Amino acid sequence: MNRYTRRTFSLELLMVAIALVVAFPLYVLVNLAVRPPSDTSSPLRPTLTPTLDNFTQAWQQGALGGALANSALVTVVSVLIVIAISALAAYPPARVTARWSRGVFLLIMLGLMLPFQLAALPLYQTMRDLHLLGSAWALILFYSGLQVPFTTFLYIGFLRALPRDFEDAAFIDGCTSWQAFRHVVFPMLKPITVTAIVLNAVSIWNDFFTPLLYLSGSTQQTVPVAISGFVGQYVSDWNLIFAALLISMIPILVVYFALQRSIINGFAGGLKG
Amino acid sequence: MVLFAFVVLIPSVRGVYYAFTDWDGLDPSFSFVGLDNFVEMFRDPDAKQAIWHTLLIAVSITIIQNGFGLALALGVNTMIKSRNVLRVFLFAPAVITPIVTAYLWRNLLSTDGAVNSLFGAVGLDSWQQNWLGDPDLALWSIVGVIVWQFGGYSMVIFLAGMQSIPKEIYDAAAIDGTGPVRRFWSVTRPLLAPAFTINLMLSIIGGIKLFDQVYALTGGGPGHATDTLSTLIYKDAFTLGEFGYSIALAVVLTVIVAVASTGQYLVLARNERAAS
Repeated sequence: MNRYTRRTFSLELLMVAIALVVAFPLYVLVNLAVRPPSDTSSPLRPTLTPTLDNFTQAWQQGALGGALANSALVTVVSVLIVIAISALAAYPPARVTARWSRGVFLLIMLGLMLPFQLAALPLYQTMRDLHLLGSAWALILFYSGLQVPFTTFLYIGFLRALPRDFEDAAFIDGCTSWQAFRHVVFPMLKPITVTAIVLNAVSIWNDFFTPLLYLSGSTQQTVPVAISGFVGQYVSDWNLIFAALLISMIPILVVYFALQRSIINGFAGGLKG
Repeated sequence: MVLFAFVVLIPSVRGVYYAFTDWDGLDPSFSFVGLDNFVEMFRDPDAKQAIWHTLLIAVSITIIQNGFGLALALGVNTMIKSRNVLRVFLFAPAVITPIVTAYLWRNLLSTDGAVNSLFGAVGLDSWQQNWLGDPDLALWSIVGVIVWQFGGYSMVIFLAGMQSIPKEIYDAAAIDGTGPVRRFWSVTRPLLAPAFTINLMLSIIGGIKLFDQVYALTGGGPGHATDTLSTLIYKDAFTLGEFGYSIALAVVLTVIVAVASTGQYLVLARNERAAS
């Protein structure tokens, strides 16, 4: 079973073929994004006279720079808040076996189940009354609240499996609970923190529905909404649209390929809890 | 916790209350209409259709995406040389913004798009279809796009499960002279139970809540052929101004998510226990 046989080779060919089929849309994406609008040949034919004009035009007309900055701001601030709150919130329920910790745990589970659509409309009204509609802060506030239950849940699972001995040692050395958490527990939580950052960052960056509701009509768009508006505006100018799509993907793909090992482990690891 | 209550719990409770009113989202005066919104839903063919589409999409995605993901995982978890590269590439679509990949696919699946060109180029002209414009096909095209995007996600979770299975068990099975099929069925499958639980839960909940891809690929069309609960909720609230009715639909969505996820969880948890 451990030798590289002829059968392994045919499996290899099959898997590579599947990967090529999966990658096919990306080939077309790049191919059409570098194609001048005058070239109307089949989307499969490699573009012989590639141009970057579509990119400069899409960048200027789609206000993509601002949208990328906005998305980055919302993602980074929300993730920081979520991690800080969740790690702290998970500590007592995981360690103290008081009756209320079970209640908190159930509340968190409830938060995992409620679909966002139920809360979306009443919250829309609240955001309007607070004059937060159209501002990035509405999103940051929203994501912080939305993602905390799930992230706390990840932390609780991880903390329960973590031996107490290190904290006990820290207490004997005279640490306060906060010091023990800050200097002993939190560093040991690193694997799950990586997972939490990856999962939260990807879902916040990619979210479309929330900014569609809470930022509609605003100039402070995030990338998904800016792209959607761009597609609506340049309905059939697909070369331009494809350039915009590609611009929006580049930051994600660069980060993904640079950190692929932790990202894949993050996705796989956190969900084992 | 306060933040969580503010953005999730309180609005959700208020949402349930609004479901029994005729609120239009703006007018501060609205009246309590009891079960009218729910009664209307049973008369509204669009709503019934949307519920059906939601269930159909969720179930098909769950089966196809996980089947595909499992097959990929089995293929990658072997001695092939390209396994690490393949893992990275097959997972890549899962991190790209769904709305962006959906717009990409809207072009690929158009009548003169790349998918039809590809079939034409290899002589399969009869396979060329109006993927998104044909009411009988559009729903399945959406399912296909989601499987393309998240098959690698399922694969990664199955792979993590497979790699945590001790190699000794396979060695023992090999000594007992079991073939590959038997090895999969009697060793891999039961020991993958936790991975199955996670994958099935994620895909069924994701499928029920599906919005982005439908919005970008078909907008619920042609006609209402691909409307799901999520797109209908959005349309009723923001283009028709029927907030009360829209939230009643959201309540139905909540009930479906709750029933599907708890039901599935109980069954899968029992299987996990049986396997261990």
